[in-house]
Amino acid sequence: MNISLEQLDSITARYTEKMAGYGKVVRICCGTGCVSSGALNVYEGLKKALIEKGLSDSVLVKQTGCHGLCERGPIVVLGEEEILYQSVGKRNIEDDISALLNTITDDTIVERMLYQGEDKTKRYISPKDIPFYAGQNRIVLSLNGIIDAEDIEEYISQGGYRALYKALLMEPEEIIDWIEKSGLRGRGGGGFPTGTKWRSCRAAHGDVKYVVANGDEGDPGAFMDRSLMEGNPHGVIEGMIIGGYAIGSNQGFIYVRDEYPLAVSRLLKAIEGAKEYGLLGKNIFDSGFDFDIKVFRGGGAFVCGESTALMSSIEGKSGEPRAKYIHTVEKGIWERPTNLNNVETWACVPHIINKGWEWFASIGTSHSKGTKVFSLVGKVKNTGLIEVPMGITLREIIYDLGGGIQGDKQFKAVQTGGPSGGCIPEAYLEMPVDFDSLTKLGSMMGSGGMIVMDERNCMVDVARYFLKFLVEESCGKCTPCREGVRRMYEIVDRICHGEGKKGDIQHLEELAHAVSLSSLCGLGQSAPNPVLSTIKYFRDEYTLHIEEKKCPAGVCKALIRFSILPDKCTGCMRCKAECPVQCIKGEKKEVHEIDSDRCIKCGTCYDVCRFDAVIIE
Amino acid sequence: MKEFKINGRKVQAEKGETVLEVARREGFDIPTLCYHEKLGSDGRCRLCIVEVQRGNRRRFVTSCLYPVENGIDVYTDSKDVILIRKTILELLLARCPSSDIVQHLASEYGVHDVRYTKDVDKGKCILCGQCIRTCESIVGVSALCMSGKGPAKKVTTPFDEPSEVCIGCGACAVVCPTGHIYIEDRGGYRTIWRKKFELARCPQCNRLHAPIEQLEFISKKTGVDIDELLICQNCK
Repeated sequence: MNISLEQLDSITARYTEKMAGYGKVVRICCGTGCVSSGALNVYEGLKKALIEKGLSDSVLVKQTGCHGLCERGPIVVLGEEEILYQSVGKRNIEDDISALLNTITDDTIVERMLYQGEDKTKRYISPKDIPFYAGQNRIVLSLNGIIDAEDIEEYISQGGYRALYKALLMEPEEIIDWIEKSGLRGRGGGGFPTGTKWRSCRAAHGDVKYVVANGDEGDPGAFMDRSLMEGNPHGVIEGMIIGGYAIGSNQGFIYVRDEYPLAVSRLLKAIEGAKEYGLLGKNIFDSGFDFDIKVFRGGGAFVCGESTALMSSIEGKSGEPRAKYIHTVEKGIWERPTNLNNVETWACVPHIINKGWEWFASIGTSHSKGTKVFSLVGKVKNTGLIEVPMGITLREIIYDLGGGIQGDKQFKAVQTGGPSGGCIPEAYLEMPVDFDSLTKLGSMMGSGGMIVMDERNCMVDVARYFLKFLVEESCGKCTPCREGVRRMYEIVDRICHGEGKKGDIQHLEELAHAVSLSSLCGLGQSAPNPVLSTIKYFRDEYTLHIEEKKCPAGVCKALIRFSILPDKCTGCMRCKAECPVQCIKGEKKEVHEIDSDRCIKCGTCYDVCRFDAVIIE
Repeated sequence: MKEFKINGRKVQAEKGETVLEVARREGFDIPTLCYHEKLGSDGRCRLCIVEVQRGNRRRFVTSCLYPVENGIDVYTDSKDVILIRKTILELLLARCPSSDIVQHLASEYGVHDVRYTKDVDKGKCILCGQCIRTCESIVGVSALCMSGKGPAKKVTTPFDEPSEVCIGCGACAVVCPTGHIYIEDRGGYRTIWRKKFELARCPQCNRLHAPIEQLEFISKKTGVDIDELLICQNCK
């Protein structure tokens, strides 16, 4: 079937009418975080309750993609007035479901389920008032949390596929001009100008060209691409079709890691739906343009997120990167011109076509336009998924949106850019976040991971953690990455065990320099970042570990001893009760004492003590 | 025709040549371990890295893969290039302390000892991949592959089992630059990659000369009768 604009509009009209038939629409976040906090039980429970009350025809309950505020999940948003309930069903699911029913039937707002501000004085009703959302500018995530990702008609009814219609009436070069002028840069980490890449691929010789969406997100703690593919797969698909038309390609591939089963099934369903509605396949919108998309599942190797390794993997070879002296836009998959972009980059495209390049270019900083999705995790109060304009400061992200540091501890560093990114210290909190500023600080944008660390994070241990990840995920093809990163890990591990030697820091710096200059792909070239950035900003911590055998954060077990200050201990018994190995003795209201021989140095006593009586030596 | 400079000296090259080919022809010394002039390279060992300046941009590239361009300045012995070579050689020496060629190259660059714990489980394999490429593109059987990743990566037969397609020709052992691949001819049999091959006896001089499977493979490929192939090279 060849779909027309009129048909898209009639689907929208039909859908709007159908929605008007419901007295209320309830949107339950079924993103990764909320599902693990029990969102599906809330969904089933509410559906059942509505049937019992005879309300199942007048109230629509739907599962949506990630709303972002994962820390307070499961999130439920009710009605047009958008009442946001948090942590629904966490304490008592029956109580919370009957509370939801009350709001549905007589608009009673249940105070205890509303989001509460940091100062505990104010409760917020609507997401647009909550600071976590108010500071965001959700463009690629605009429909996450609104639509049911599995229903193509919902996407169409929210304006979906109109950008494709518009694009197919434009000349391919004009589309590339728009993308170029919008200032869109690759969201996967490199930040390469998207328009330039498209133009090179269009100009490359070859009858058959490919476009690829990279959904092989593998950074620890990152779930931006996952949420996008799960929450709004059609946004990615529409962007790819437009890109295919602009570049002169009729075949797209979406490469997703198989550990994202929901993303895989949603994408497959979306592709099937798009084919059924004539939005993929032959002669789309009667334009004469054909386009098809295949989903390719990756086996989980981190390096397959690197463009050339990903292409080798699609070719059926082992996922090893190759030299890019001849660019993949000229010789990519099966030596054919291939244009690869991250899923988030593709998802920006329909918005640029719909609203114009001027609009997109008006957001952000001079060289980084638009917004960026980050997964904000670690020691921050509001962990979750955020989309913010480029140029927002780290402080705004961490303190305004993120609500500050858990337990109001002291901020120490924020790690951006995934495992091979770097750690940025407090001195740079006012820095506007964009591609270039992060690189200047020795970190990078990467795909948008942001891990917040506090005074209880040891920066040497942090470097060790990321190095370990990179040792395991190095593909092993080239010598510096395979052998060099593991030797860096060995040195840092030795330092954490109190076996650091004079000269270790210089050795690390020299080895890191050589590895970053000589590795084959981006993974190896950036692998030294965690070491270099922690040495750069936290050199004292390394020196204390090596020369004085001390870990100031109290993390490296070989270097610390927990003890209790007799003048501060009130004998409250809290540490004694929480100690997992029962190595604390002392009666109520008497000074407690830690048996160092049996202590496993887990730090629980330190964390639970309300009188700062437990110290780390 | 392309014109560019190596260490300040003007050189000429054909389009499509690599910097390494031109440099070696012109007498510049660039060490390599994974490059083979018949098999080419896929940039694994990184020893041949040189510094290339193109306009204002300086970068480090593997000369075995980098195609020549007009007007570039190539530096084969800059400070960072030497640091890279020394680092790689120290890392390889820690991995394969018993490899003669690695020892030799390392000492040439003043690397006499390593600051790391020496590996005892890697043999002499530097993962250059020449054996795999020979087996695939010269012999045409693809009996070998890399398995695993990171430091655990190794060259092996699929699933570490005796390969069904291996013909026991030993080309992998011949091409191996470090002598890591074990091949043994004893008692009328050849053992390589955990597989035992019966050796053919020349009907004229009675000498054991090649695995029967290899001769059968050649016979099938070329159409030459197996009886003819059983006669050894000396007696032909």
